[in-house]
Amino acid sequence: MTDSSKSKSMSHSDRIAASLKRRHAAETRFRLYGISAIAIALIFLVIMLGSIFIRGWGGFFETQIELTVDFSRQIIDPEGTNDPAVFARADFRKIVRNALKARFPDVTKRKDVKALKALISKAAGYELSHLIRDDPALIGTTQNIWLPSSDEVDNFMKGSVSRDLPESARRIKDIHVGWIEELEAEGALKSTLNLRFFTHGDSREPENAGIWGAIVGSTLTLFITLILSFPLGVMAAIYLEELSPKTRWTDFIEVNINNMAAVPSIIYGLLGLAVFLNFMHLPRSAPLVGGMVLALMTLPTIIIATRASLKAVPPSIREAARGLGASPIQVVLHHVLPLAMPGILTGTIIGMARALGESAPLLMIGMVAFIVDIPQSFTDPATALPVQVYLWADSPERAFVEKTAAATIVLVAFLVVMNAMAVYLRKRFERRW
Amino acid sequence: MKTALKPKPIRVTVRNTQSSSSVQAMKPAADKNAPAPTLEGAKMNIEKVNVFYGDNQALTDIDLQIRVNEVTALIGPSGCGKSTFLRCLNRMNDTIEECRVSGLVMLDDMDVYGPDVDVVHLRARIGMVFQKPNPFPKSIYENVAYGPRIHGLVSSRADLDDIVMTSLTKAGLIKEVRDRLHESGTSLSGGQQQRLCIARAIAVNPEVILMDEPCSALDPIATARIEELIDELSQNFTIVIVTHSMQQAARVSQRTAFFHLGELVEFGDTEQVFTSPRDERTQGYITGRFG
Repeated sequence: MTDSSKSKSMSHSDRIAASLKRRHAAETRFRLYGISAIAIALIFLVIMLGSIFIRGWGGFFETQIELTVDFSRQIIDPEGTNDPAVFARADFRKIVRNALKARFPDVTKRKDVKALKALISKAAGYELSHLIRDDPALIGTTQNIWLPSSDEVDNFMKGSVSRDLPESARRIKDIHVGWIEELEAEGALKSTLNLRFFTHGDSREPENAGIWGAIVGSTLTLFITLILSFPLGVMAAIYLEELSPKTRWTDFIEVNINNMAAVPSIIYGLLGLAVFLNFMHLPRSAPLVGGMVLALMTLPTIIIATRASLKAVPPSIREAARGLGASPIQVVLHHVLPLAMPGILTGTIIGMARALGESAPLLMIGMVAFIVDIPQSFTDPATALPVQVYLWADSPERAFVEKTAAATIVLVAFLVVMNAMAVYLRKRFERRW
Repeated sequence: MKTALKPKPIRVTVRNTQSSSSVQAMKPAADKNAPAPTLEGAKMNIEKVNVFYGDNQALTDIDLQIRVNEVTALIGPSGCGKSTFLRCLNRMNDTIEECRVSGLVMLDDMDVYGPDVDVVHLRARIGMVFQKPNPFPKSIYENVAYGPRIHGLVSSRADLDDIVMTSLTKAGLIKEVRDRLHESGTSLSGGQQQRLCIARAIAVNPEVILMDEPCSALDPIATARIEELIDELSQNFTIVIVTHSMQQAARVSQRTAFFHLGELVEFGDTEQVFTSPRDERTQGYITGRFG
């Protein structure tokens, strides 16, 4: 019996049943492709976020050492001036050294005494000087104070430097390990939340470096970006979508706006460098200029999102308003714009989130400088969160690895909050008609 | 065709060449198809109206008189141009780039397409109700109050309340919405929404109300209510209604115009058009032979 005669003998319904099997198999296959694509994406996301969190989590904690500090009047204010300016100039490092020597009285060899200094952060002196600034009554007293350890001790405690390494391969020598174990045994060593990370600007000392400067810089920059790009973008979109006649010119503008959205961000940085800095002579490294550059970059995103949400407002609403005698501007402002607002806000927030995560254009206008002070105004030198990540990733100290990851966690947290806001707004104000 | 970008000059020139001479010249021609309507009783007078979408002619030489406080029904098969014609009367076609209108449309003694006519003012005089109920996604109160508010018709909140209540009463909706004036207009049923749209249109107190198939999205009971309402409204307003349903035209209108392929085939008293149509195309359409 040949194939053809066999198929002839098959009934109509049998043939459909046979093809059904094939179709179901295809469907299952397709479903599997989809599921595996999503699974792969999720796995990579988990690996990425997981590695950032594992590395960065330690960045939020620090090791502190308790020392008995003698705020000796001889060192702080030997002439008895009671002048805060004199206090500020005092040699607090010496006080720290004295406290360490008092903690380990057995250490007498000159070399060992020098090694002792490596236990405590170089920034500990500032901590003490701030204590005196806030409370001069401490002068002449002796206090038990928790001081930040050096980054080497911190790394050692967190296990990022293994104890099994040969002594020559680590910066913490065996003698330090002995002291650390002694401190640990006496309960004079603890791990606590690193508040300095959230309140300080950048620093060359990893244990003293914080992201507050970058957060303020990013906030100032994004503020400029928002007040420039939101009104400009929305007005441009309203004009193009609702008011302008459709001519070759508006087509041309539309194509170019779409192209602008695809221009690499560093090009905007070059533009800012050429126009804002070299031609207009605006201050370098300033949030003002950074905000302007990012506004240029965000504009097309906002225009496109706004036009899309204006388009999504049903024409029947426009007709209803026009039929009542509303002028074109009234139609837009009273009816179309309020209905399009959730979409516009969502688009704006997503554009802003992109601007927050952008570092390339900021590099070009000098927001990549090492800046210790917290910026106070739009023209102060500042840096931004992603640039801070970039700067720390480039630093040689071992301890900056976890700082980099910790700053990334903060950046990701901001992005997640912004995107969640966008989702919330969309859900909250979504209307049906 | 980029000349469509400057439609107004075209309209003006066409109007200027025709208006003065054609009023006399065309009247006998109009009378041939539609006897009786004299200019005295006419609220709107349409002469030699041609409408083009790009290169396509949608309407050809339409002459029509719409009489005051009457319901004029426009019927015809799909695509015959009746909606296009309706939208010419309050210049709703203005925003369609490709659309050009020539000829004369008069509202009383105002040339609707005249160079000094403000469409905002025109649409306050000629209201419109659309095919699909389209209340604003605002409260019922705000829906009705919007027109009077933008036209500055009221000076106090009490006046506005008054207009809103009167309009809702006239639209026969007040009983259903008295206690929920501040709920969204879109929460109403389809028929209620359409009556809300009618209330919104009459709140501005227009002289003419245009209705573009106002019942096509409604069930028979809601339709019956709207038809009743149209009947009541015709006491005070001049109404032009486009409808797909010949029964509806027969029920609500005093005069009927039959459009076919962009031409006005027949225009006359509703009874005459439905009982003894003069044109065989009308005959064919109302007896269901096509359309």
